Amino acid sequence: MAGHITLTGVRQEFWVRPESGRDGKGLHRFLALDELDLEVRDGELVTLVGPSGCGKSTVLDLVAGLARPATGSVRLDGEEVTGPGLDRGVVFQQYTLLPWRSALGNVEFALESAGVRRAERRERARHYLDLVGLSDFAGRYPHELSGGMKQRVAIARSLSHEPEVLLMDEPYGALDAQTRERLQEELIGIWQRTGTTILFITHDIEEAVYLGQRVAVMSARPGRIKELVEVDLDRTSTSRDVRSTPEFARYRHRVWNLLREQTVSVAGADERDKNGKEVEKVA
Amino acid sequence: MPSTLIAERTEASLNPRQAQSARVRPGRQGRARVLTLGRTTLGLVLLAAIWEFAPRAGLVDPHFVTPLHEVLKAWWEMARDGSLWHQTEASLRRIGTGFGLAILVGVPLGAAIAWYRTIREVTTPVLEVFRNTAPLAILPVFMLVLGIGETSKDAIVCYACLFPIVLNTVSGVTNVDRQLLRTARVLGLSPVRTFTQVVLPAALPTIFTGIRIAGATSVLVLIAAEMVGATAGLGYFINYAQMNYLIPQMYAAILTTTFLGLVVNYTLVGLERRFSRWRA
Repeated sequence: MAGHITLTGVRQEFWVRPESGRDGKGLHRFLALDELDLEVRDGELVTLVGPSGCGKSTVLDLVAGLARPATGSVRLDGEEVTGPGLDRGVVFQQYTLLPWRSALGNVEFALESAGVRRAERRERARHYLDLVGLSDFAGRYPHELSGGMKQRVAIARSLSHEPEVLLMDEPYGALDAQTRERLQEELIGIWQRTGTTILFITHDIEEAVYLGQRVAVMSARPGRIKELVEVDLDRTSTSRDVRSTPEFARYRHRVWNLLREQTVSVAGADERDKNGKEVEKVA
Repeated sequence: MPSTLIAERTEASLNPRQAQSARVRPGRQGRARVLTLGRTTLGLVLLAAIWEFAPRAGLVDPHFVTPLHEVLKAWWEMARDGSLWHQTEASLRRIGTGFGLAILVGVPLGAAIAWYRTIREVTTPVLEVFRNTAPLAILPVFMLVLGIGETSKDAIVCYACLFPIVLNTVSGVTNVDRQLLRTARVLGLSPVRTFTQVVLPAALPTIFTGIRIAGATSVLVLIAAEMVGATAGLGYFINYAQMNYLIPQMYAAILTTTFLGLVVNYTLVGLERRFSRWRA
């Protein structure tokens, strides 16, 4: 199975207006990502962690094809990403189920746009709902499902069209701690069974370390990959609480340190902002 | 102590999470429901009693405010000899034509305005100007241009109904959840399918609000239009009865318009429920 993502020298800018009360006025060019390089290999599960506002979601938008980079290239299996496609599945943080369709209907929705025939659609939708453990809830509408269930349906929907890559943007951000842990374990299982390449974005260090074979730590303003941390943990044994092992704590601490260094440097960057060095003033 | 809104809304009950995990719905005791029903009926009974007895007791002039039983008697006679139906039918037909046309035109128009930025930016100020001009103020213009026949009445109803429908469709379509649109894009939906499968269903509740407002408006505007220039219809008849001193008949016709309004409104509410069963 293919699903090789490469981002090379990616730069992304937006036009912004300063909030009232801040120095300066007029439009500025805001540098969201600069010289960002990232590679996710076939079948790999990479987590992208960084402080809030560092541009994590921008990276995901680029890979999903919802945006094009200002410069640099985003490639999937060597081909330039020019727009969204069914070779990539996306799970957003917000619940994005169609509220007027049942859980099953929501999964079928993805298959309809993939052009799967009606008879096969239902069967496949059931299969993927089963994969996320929701067979009994197929007929329920989103408002009758809990937050965790909604995200599972969204995951089933994204997997149903059998993408090469699954992109997840803080999908568990709004869930309670227990539900989140259970879904993390489920995701590992799904990843092992399907062999899908996964790029998982989070701001939660533990989540990043627990899920990622590699953790890409991002720096903010402008967003760059600061360091890639290889994580070598055995997550297969269900009897053992991986999160409480000393290895896990070491990895967690390493990522924590990397992010901590940054908070300090971001505070420094704020100072520079005022002198207009970081943010180019245009109008 | 009478129960106030605060007590009512903060009453201890099962919270939604508990209800969900136990798979139950919060309910009310039978006694409370009977009480509510009793109170709602009481309001209507009181109104009827005042209408009946205030003229009889001489609190108001019985020549101008006819006691309710005489009004009902007049209503029954008019219903039997077919004259009431004759007027109601004329009004209903105009509402059907004008309101129906407004839905047929208004929803696609509103959708187009919301969908295409250029159309939206050009039409928004124009719509604002028309919306803030009372439809009845333009009624004489309609009469001048379209004559006093059916067309002018159909047109004024259609015109008045158009704005709530168009504006609500615009707002429903433009405010469609951004995340749903992103999802549609990620799933590679074509613009047409995005519209029919995502945007339209998402906007439907808001569109329906507009249709309901338009329903109420249609009755209101039609009655007024019929009063000004028509040879049939409830509005025409109310005016005619008043000028010919057929006071009980006048009230009977007024009651009929109330009934008409209720029917239009509850039909639309029922339809809305049918289309939005997926909502919590």
